[in-house]
Amino acid sequence: MAESYHLLKRADFIFRNENDWEDILTKTIKRTPQDIINELISSELKGRGGAGFPTGLKWKITAEAKSAEKYVICNADEGEPGTFKDREILSRVPYKVLTAMAVCANIIGSKKGIIYLRGEYHSLKEALEKTISEFEYYCKKIKLDFTVEVFMGSGAYICGEETALFESLEGHRGEPRNKPPYPTIKGYMDKPTVINNVETLAHTFTIFKYGAKKFYDLGVQFSRGTKLFSVSGDTPKPGIYELELGMSLQDFVNEFGDGDTKAVQVGGASGFLVPRKKFQETAIGYQGKLTGISLPTGGSMMIYNSSRSMFNVLDNYLEFFREESCGQCTPCRVGCQQLLIGIKAVKRGERPAQYLDKLLKLSETMQITAKCGLGQSVANSFASIVENFREEMIY
Amino acid sequence: MTQKIQLNINGFPVDVKPGTTILEAASKVNVTIPTLCYHKDLCVAGNCRVCVVEVAGQKRLSAACATPCEDGMDILTNSLKVRNSRKHIIELLLSEHNADCTKCYKNGKCELQLLASEYKIMTQDFIELLPWKDYTIDMISPSIIKDDSKCIRCQRCVRTCAELQGVNALTVAYKGDKMKISTFFEKPMNDVVCTNCGQCVNRCPTGALVEKNYVEEVWDAISDPGKHVVVQTAPAVRVGLGEDLGFDPGTRVTGKMVAALKRLGFDSVMDTDFSADLTIMEEGTELLTRLKKALKDKDPDVKLPMATSCSPGWIKYIEHMYPEYLGNLSTCKSPQQMFGALVKTYYAKARNLDPSKIVSVSIMPCTAKKFEAARSEMHDSGYRDVDYVLTTRELSIMIKQAGIDFMSLPDMEFDRLMGESTGAAVIFGVTGGVMEAALRTAYELVTGRPVPFENLNITAVRGMTGVKEASIKIENPLKEWKFLDGVELRCAIAHGLINAKTVMDAVKAGKANFHFLEVMACPGGCLGGGGQPIPTNAEIRDKRAKAIYEEDAWKPIRKSHENPEVQKIYKDFLGEPLSEVSHHLLHTKYTSRQRF
Amino acid sequence: MDPIQSLIKELAVKHGRRRESLLPVLQGVVEQERYLSEHSMIEIARELDLPAAEVYGTATFYSFLEHRKMGRFVIRICKTISCSMKGKNQVLLAIQDMLKISTGETTPDGRFSLVETNCLGLCHKAPAMLINEEVYTELTPEKVREILSEYMLK
Repeated sequence: MAESYHLLKRADFIFRNENDWEDILTKTIKRTPQDIINELISSELKGRGGAGFPTGLKWKITAEAKSAEKYVICNADEGEPGTFKDREILSRVPYKVLTAMAVCANIIGSKKGIIYLRGEYHSLKEALEKTISEFEYYCKKIKLDFTVEVFMGSGAYICGEETALFESLEGHRGEPRNKPPYPTIKGYMDKPTVINNVETLAHTFTIFKYGAKKFYDLGVQFSRGTKLFSVSGDTPKPGIYELELGMSLQDFVNEFGDGDTKAVQVGGASGFLVPRKKFQETAIGYQGKLTGISLPTGGSMMIYNSSRSMFNVLDNYLEFFREESCGQCTPCRVGCQQLLIGIKAVKRGERPAQYLDKLLKLSETMQITAKCGLGQSVANSFASIVENFREEMIY
Repeated sequence: MTQKIQLNINGFPVDVKPGTTILEAASKVNVTIPTLCYHKDLCVAGNCRVCVVEVAGQKRLSAACATPCEDGMDILTNSLKVRNSRKHIIELLLSEHNADCTKCYKNGKCELQLLASEYKIMTQDFIELLPWKDYTIDMISPSIIKDDSKCIRCQRCVRTCAELQGVNALTVAYKGDKMKISTFFEKPMNDVVCTNCGQCVNRCPTGALVEKNYVEEVWDAISDPGKHVVVQTAPAVRVGLGEDLGFDPGTRVTGKMVAALKRLGFDSVMDTDFSADLTIMEEGTELLTRLKKALKDKDPDVKLPMATSCSPGWIKYIEHMYPEYLGNLSTCKSPQQMFGALVKTYYAKARNLDPSKIVSVSIMPCTAKKFEAARSEMHDSGYRDVDYVLTTRELSIMIKQAGIDFMSLPDMEFDRLMGESTGAAVIFGVTGGVMEAALRTAYELVTGRPVPFENLNITAVRGMTGVKEASIKIENPLKEWKFLDGVELRCAIAHGLINAKTVMDAVKAGKANFHFLEVMACPGGCLGGGGQPIPTNAEIRDKRAKAIYEEDAWKPIRKSHENPEVQKIYKDFLGEPLSEVSHHLLHTKYTSRQRF
Repeated sequence: MDPIQSLIKELAVKHGRRRESLLPVLQGVVEQERYLSEHSMIEIARELDLPAAEVYGTATFYSFLEHRKMGRFVIRICKTISCSMKGKNQVLLAIQDMLKISTGETTPDGRFSLVETNCLGLCHKAPAMLINEEVYTELTPEKVREILSEYMLK
């Protein structure tokens, strides 16, 4: 029996200041790995970076992989347009992330953690490193052999893709690798690696402290717990909000819109644009029977009111992808250029409106043939905008 | 652990070993999946996406080259979804590509063109992207042209340069729509560490990397009644040329090649193999001289190991990467350049020709030879020693242009004076061959007996292992070589510059104790040269190698010092190995170059 | 040893000479010099024993590792959607007007370079920009003029 989706419910776990992280760490690492993994699995926590892979399972597979060397990596390459939650987590509650990394390391048999911090967040580095040294000091005290290093990115959106991130960490161009093998078996330096988004790690802290049930009881079926949402665009209250998963987009717009909301881009430039007429039927969560559409969202919510031209919005997204595609695979590299030049040509009347249909077919090809997860999603915004606002695209 | 994986491809069941890719599995059930970035010699990139296939139950398609088979997979390689996607991908590549095919050097040989033809891409719906892009066409190198407007960014060249050659002259630069194949700071290929080996050219699926061709120049020379045009052919050409003219890989076409060259109108068709034999005389003597200095005279300055100098790719590589070891290189010119210097001196005199009227052409399996011939020091005859270097591929172009039915040509013999050769010279075309040829002669010079191997075949130096080591013990030498009694002559052989790097690093670290080192820049030696027919891969290299050893086995004379024309040139012209004339015409010096 | 060589030596000592050290070393040079010259890249290649082309290929992948000469202060203004919606263009015009340069250019005195960049992760405080590593948000033409005036005195 499916639960019906509920009204927007605010929550306050992530940014709640917990001054007992030392106790939580000490207590948690005394538990058996199996026990912790089971708890994570029963919480149904899924990756908060966007892909939504079950976190407990990820840790479990990596724990079972045989290797003398393993790594825990925190993905803080928050590059998706409209997302800024990880920046806040790392500035306000970094110890939660570090605690989670240490617990994970202890379970999987790793001694080294790395935080890959995007170059744009350089200003966070100093404070973060200070927290890390305090944290490492405590680890030493409780005889936990674990260190964390901050590795800076240098301005490349694609490095948020986990295998591209490994390439970057290893000193290469951030070009995604072929999968399989997956990071749990062959990740950083070809060793088994847990790579989690900043927010995912912060949620595990909540679970360690309050138990899986507390987390599971929030949200809805297939989409348990809370999620941070980065709200921007035409809203009177831009910012970061922790909300239970499963709300309808209509409720979200009622709360954050400016009364004239025309559409919401869910999941950033690589996500989908949802027009007003579909707000009610769209639930925000992971894929499941309940949700109207699947929104693999990192929590970016960009709100557009009726003064905005959807052509300009799409033009901006595509410009972004044209530059930020790593460029190695054909569908993403050339596809992005074709979509961008194509919509401009249609807008200027150099190509007939029917050319959009050719491009829609191309966008399907891009979604199913690109090498990496990001390449597969670069055409999402194109498809959803052209489908819903075709008239704005035409000359 | 002989676990089997069972899957279905287009409904046909197939068993494979774990780790087998879908692409490999498909070939077992007679299914060809188109590829572009994939190359048998290189690591899997999975970036062109042309090889996508449908795995039942999955929404997304998988790259056949990069996806390992899993038990129970149901794979469709030609479903509607696959066909539509593949067509899109080809169209996308074409939209980014200078598709002016009729004016392209690779017209008819381009893998992208072939795919476009197979998939009947009749219209160009997508917008042509080239006008939006900055691109360069680099024609400065005497060996290689790099035309970015034709690049499809498959990165085969970059992987070749890094994985096979360890040169890394090419890299992928920038990202997104600006992503391109570049050299350091986008300098011309001629100004960077490029060795001109042409392995990238051999692997480029399109016309983005091609040899600089001199076909028209050679036609002009042939048509000029005032010119006497001499041609020489390298050992590896005769086992490769056939592939471009209808024969299977591994077919020896020596006689037909000579016949074709004569029909093309060359005034004299002679053989680089002759000067390969001469190289053995000079280089073998040089090695023995160095050994004498080191072992008998205890000269601390003598440079060992002595390294071969036949491969111009290797020469440029060591000039860039290990300039401190230039003294270890044999001072012998390559057979091509020895031949060139002699054509305009010895040959001119013997035939009573004005050397300024001679045009000297060589047919090489190599693109680096074009650079070598253009080196400023290669003018010892008083003229440019070799005027034009054509690759095996360019020769096949000329043969086709001339309307010669190559397959049915009767065999012909090389012209005399510099056309006689031995089995030892033929094997110059395969890795280990120079070593084997040198040992056949040096051992006999020192001991008065042939090398102690069955049929003179020194199998220890043969084969495709990247670095080979062998040794031969010298016993009961002739009186003048007494100091070599009991000495184990140790040699190492490397082919593919990545393997040369391994050996040179060992030399540098003081961990190498051999006396003689053979290096060929290209995998497999010259038979796998950058100028050889496309495709070239491990399987084809093996077939060409087999052909070369057959050619050797069939030769009546198989030791360089027994070549009557070599004996004659020493008697009539050079005197003896390392004589003053030899030094002037047949030896050279090297230039230290920048590594970065 | 010239200053670049000693800087790179220092960075190599700090970060190591493995391939994984390449990005931190490149970043270290950019932090000092604001860009990577041909000379810097050659010296990095030498120090880390890497092919020069690899250093170039890696550096050009990353937007922040500029290889054209940059000014002492690099202004990176976000051009992604939220900033674009909230008046980025007016702010950009104000900067261009004040520094008398276009996007992609450096002032003749070598003090300022102006580039547009992709999402800075400050969409709720749009429009935003970086000057070197410093963050500036909720910009207006007036505010950016004030900020730049201060930099002009530096």
